[in-house]
Amino acid sequence: MSKKVAVLDYGIGNVRSQLNALNYIGVDAELTANRDTILNSDAVILPGVGAFKHGMENLNSHGLIPIIMDYIATGKPFLGICLGMQLLFEESDEFGYSEGLGLIKGKIKKLINEDIKGLKLPHIGWTSINPTNNRDWKNTLLNEIPIGTPYYFVHSYAANPSDISDSLATAQFGANSFCCAVEKNNIYGTQFHPEKSGEMGLMILKNFIDKIK
Amino acid sequence: MTKPRTRVIARIDVKNQFVIKGIHLEGLRKVGDPIELARKYYHAGVDEILFMDAVASLYGRNNLFHIIEMACREVFIPITIGGGIRSVDDIDKALKSGADKISLNTQAIKQPELITKAAEIYGSQCIVASIEAKYKNGWWEAYVDNGREETGIDVVEWAQELERLGAGEILLTSVDMEGTKKGFDQALIEKVYSKVNIPVIISGGAGSPAQVAALAKHVDIDAVAFASILHYNTYSVNEIKEQMVKEGMNVRI
Repeated sequence: MSKKVAVLDYGIGNVRSQLNALNYIGVDAELTANRDTILNSDAVILPGVGAFKHGMENLNSHGLIPIIMDYIATGKPFLGICLGMQLLFEESDEFGYSEGLGLIKGKIKKLINEDIKGLKLPHIGWTSINPTNNRDWKNTLLNEIPIGTPYYFVHSYAANPSDISDSLATAQFGANSFCCAVEKNNIYGTQFHPEKSGEMGLMILKNFIDKIK
Repeated sequence: MTKPRTRVIARIDVKNQFVIKGIHLEGLRKVGDPIELARKYYHAGVDEILFMDAVASLYGRNNLFHIIEMACREVFIPITIGGGIRSVDDIDKALKSGADKISLNTQAIKQPELITKAAEIYGSQCIVASIEAKYKNGWWEAYVDNGREETGIDVVEWAQELERLGAGEILLTSVDMEGTKKGFDQALIEKVYSKVNIPVIISGGAGSPAQVAALAKHVDIDAVAFASILHYNTYSVNEIKEQMVKEGMNVRI
């Protein structure tokens, strides 16, 4: 039987390509905000684009926050992508202060672009990812991904984990060296879009699916 | 490298389900099937795909949603859709069909507040403001309806206004150079690049990677769209990228 992945439906962004990418790698993917469907799935993805505050408000209005907490307590794999990764953190200063899910310690802060002429925000495009503090990616979400592989990014804010051991990968944008992938127990996150990063992106989604026990 | 790589974008103009290519956006010829070409360019390593409905303004709607839906099942890079997008409702449909970004031109000029409204709902990152520019004596005029209708609006001022309204990127098409393969309108591009702080995709005139590299000596190019030379197999995506790298540009290989 193929594995079941719930993609959380909270009314934002292009989730079609997320579902397509999962179907392409042979996974049964469903867009849902239903508690039972989510708790019964083998893995959960929190997608998302747009503003942090809007994202949290929408998670809240769709009743998803307690469901996410209960799901994570099951120990099954959970992946946040782009804004979905940012929401895993404690807080963001985008449009004032907003509180996040607090599953990973740290803050979301705006990237700095004043220092380099012609460096434009948002950061849009394909940027290399590298191991944080030379850590080994073996058996992590980034298993067998060559160091320096470029992935597709679209964002103006980035995560600053309090505990550097939660950071799997780092990317460079101007003078910013920012965390672009996290892993903490069964919680995973990527700032870039694996579903929009060609074959090397699909490989990360496969690695995530391989976390299903 | 601390600046993002220059993106290589395949621009696929579509009319009645066929990929078409003209010169100065006119005299359109059929050159292939949109999904087949998208698949081919994706596997060849292009960074993004831009689908434009070339006749949408005539019919008053975009007819590409079905094509996007099909293409997105097997093409896992960013896809932008443009042509005939007139409302938040249309944007919603475009994104639900699988597009990551939508491009607005005619409607942005008729109703600039649509850019702001769309950016507030979906985020600036998914709003590409398209400008079709034609050179006039000493200035460039913005055109609409796929290069057919003049507006009297100054392109450089309009680009700045679009940034202020909340556009995340600008697609700058030189109607004069479009389809000619004779190279870019460098003066136009330099002018717009010096005035805005959001990424600008240059389109119109790409005839060889050498022309891109020559332009890159003057402008820090965010992204460049290729159409004719890809559709007519003059260069493959790989050849374009390798040549750009050889010329010292930073692109994804």
